[in-house]
Amino acid sequence: MSCWQTIQDYALRSVGIGERLLPREGYTLCEHFTLIGSGLIWNVYFGTLALLAGFFLATAVAVGKSSRNRLIRKSSEWFIFIFRGSPLFIQFFFAYFLFLSLKGVHPWFDPFTSAWLGALIVLFLNTAAYSGEIFYGALRAIPKGDIEAADAYGFTGLARFRRIVWPTMLRLAWPAYTNEAIFLFHATTLVFFSAFPAWGQRGDALYYAKFFADKTFNPFVPYPILAGYFILLTLVIIGLFGLVNRRLNRHLPQEARRGLKLRVNLIR
Amino acid sequence: MTTGKHMSLYLSVFVVLALLGITAPAALAFGFGGAVAARSRIAPVSWLGKAYIAIVRGVPDIAFFLFFVIALDQFFEWIRHQVKCPGWEEAIRRGNDFIVCPPAKLPLSTSPQWVHETYGFFLAVLTFAIVFGAFSANVLFGAMRAVPRAQLETAEAYGMSRRQTFWRILVPQMWVYALPGLSNLWMVLIKATPLLFLLGVEDIVYWARELGGTANPRFTSYPHGDWRMWYFLALLVFYLGFTRISEIFLEKLMVKLSHGQATSGGEAQRRAGA
Repeated sequence: MSCWQTIQDYALRSVGIGERLLPREGYTLCEHFTLIGSGLIWNVYFGTLALLAGFFLATAVAVGKSSRNRLIRKSSEWFIFIFRGSPLFIQFFFAYFLFLSLKGVHPWFDPFTSAWLGALIVLFLNTAAYSGEIFYGALRAIPKGDIEAADAYGFTGLARFRRIVWPTMLRLAWPAYTNEAIFLFHATTLVFFSAFPAWGQRGDALYYAKFFADKTFNPFVPYPILAGYFILLTLVIIGLFGLVNRRLNRHLPQEARRGLKLRVNLIR
Repeated sequence: MTTGKHMSLYLSVFVVLALLGITAPAALAFGFGGAVAARSRIAPVSWLGKAYIAIVRGVPDIAFFLFFVIALDQFFEWIRHQVKCPGWEEAIRRGNDFIVCPPAKLPLSTSPQWVHETYGFFLAVLTFAIVFGAFSANVLFGAMRAVPRAQLETAEAYGMSRRQTFWRILVPQMWVYALPGLSNLWMVLIKATPLLFLLGVEDIVYWARELGGTANPRFTSYPHGDWRMWYFLALLVFYLGFTRISEIFLEKLMVKLSHGQATSGGEAQRRAGA
C-alpha cells in the first residue's frame, strides 16, 4: 500500500472518515505519521475552542475577583481555587461520572458524556480559571497613572474598562497567557486517558501514539513523532500569539516594544 | 468503609505521598545537574543541559511519562542482556516483540508479586524525576543567573576559585530566587501524581474507580450503585486540601528565607522590623 493511499485512508480517521479498521500489521512509518497527525485534529479542536471560550470567562472572573462586591469576589476566588488547586486529571474523572449520573436523570445530558462536549467543558472551565488568575494579576499591575489619566479625560464605567483597563491588562498579561495557551494544548492529551472513552478508536494524537507503542512494543518511533508534531504546534501558537502581542504593543516607541520574549517558563 | 479493598485505597494514599517524598529530592538533584550542565563552559555539555531543559517545554509531559516507562524498562533489560548473556545469538527486537534472554528479564519471572509492584513503582519514580528534573533545572538555571553579579565579583576579589565561588556564594544565595519557581513546581508535582494511574501503579485513582463502580450492573459485590462520582469528589477535595496546606507552608518558608537577603522581600522585612 502506497503512502498516498494510507493518507487517503487514515488522514481523517480520528473524526471517523475513511478506513474503519486501524492497521493490523507492518505499521509503516507513513502509517505512524498519518494516524498521529490525524489525532492532532482533536488536540487542536479542544485547545482552540477552550481557549477562545475561556478567554471571555477569564476576563469576567478576573474582574469579578477584583470586584468590591463580596459575593462576586468570593465566588470568583473559589472558582479559581477549585480549578487551580486540583489536578485536571481528577477533574476529568469527576466531570465524566457526574455527567454519567445526570444522564440517568434526563437523556438531555447524553452528549455530555462524550469527549467532544464533556471534556471541552472541563478544559474550558480549567483554562478560564488559570487565565483568570493571570488576568487578575495583570489588572492589579496596571499603572496608577493610566487610570488617573482615564479619569481626567472623563472616562467612566464600561468605556473606561473597554478603552483603557482591558487593553492594558491584556498587554501586561500576554506573555504569561501565551504560556498558558501552550500548556492548555498539552493538557488536551489527557482527555482520552481519563474517563472519557474514545468511541470507535477515534482518539487524539497521544491515543494513536500509544496505540502504536502498545502494538509494536517500540516506544522510540511513535513518541518522537508525537513530540515533533507538538513542537510544531507550540511554534505555531507562539507565532500567532506573537502577532497579537505586536498589535497590543503597537503604540509603544520602537525600542520599548519588546518582542514576545521567549522566556522558557515551563510552569503553568 | 473498612473492607480489604478500602484498606488498599487508604494505603494508596501513602503510595502517592511516598512518590512525592522520593521524587521531589530526586527531581531536585536531576535539576541541579541539568542547571550546572547548562552553565558549563564546555560547549557540548552546555548544549546537552539546555536541550534537556528546552525539550520538555514543547512536548506534553504525559507523553514523556508514557514514553519513559517503556523506554527505561527496555533500556535496563537491554543492558542486563548485554552483561548476562554475551553469547546470545538471536536479535532482541523481533518484529513486534522485545525479547531478552530469560536471566536478563526485569523483574525475573520467578520473583514474587511484590517485586513486580516495587519495580513498577521504581520506574514511575524515575520517570517523574526525569521529567520534573527538567522543570527544576529550568528554575535553578534562572535562579543562578538571578544572583547579583556584584556578589560573585566580590568573591573573585577575595581570591576564591571558580569552584569555591560556586559552592560558597552562588548556591547558598540562589535558593531565595528559586523558591517561587520551586514552590510552583511542587504544586504541579502534586497535581501530576494522579498520572501514576497511567503508569500502571495501583494508586488512588485506580481504587476510586474500582470501589465506586459496579462490576456488573445487576450483580455486584458492592451493595451500592455507581458511586464513582462521590469517590472522585473526595479525591478532588483531598487534592484541594493538600495544595492549600502546601501553599500556606511555602509562604511561611518564603518569609523565612527572605530574611536578611538583598531582595525587596528581605528589605520589606528589615523596614518592618526597624
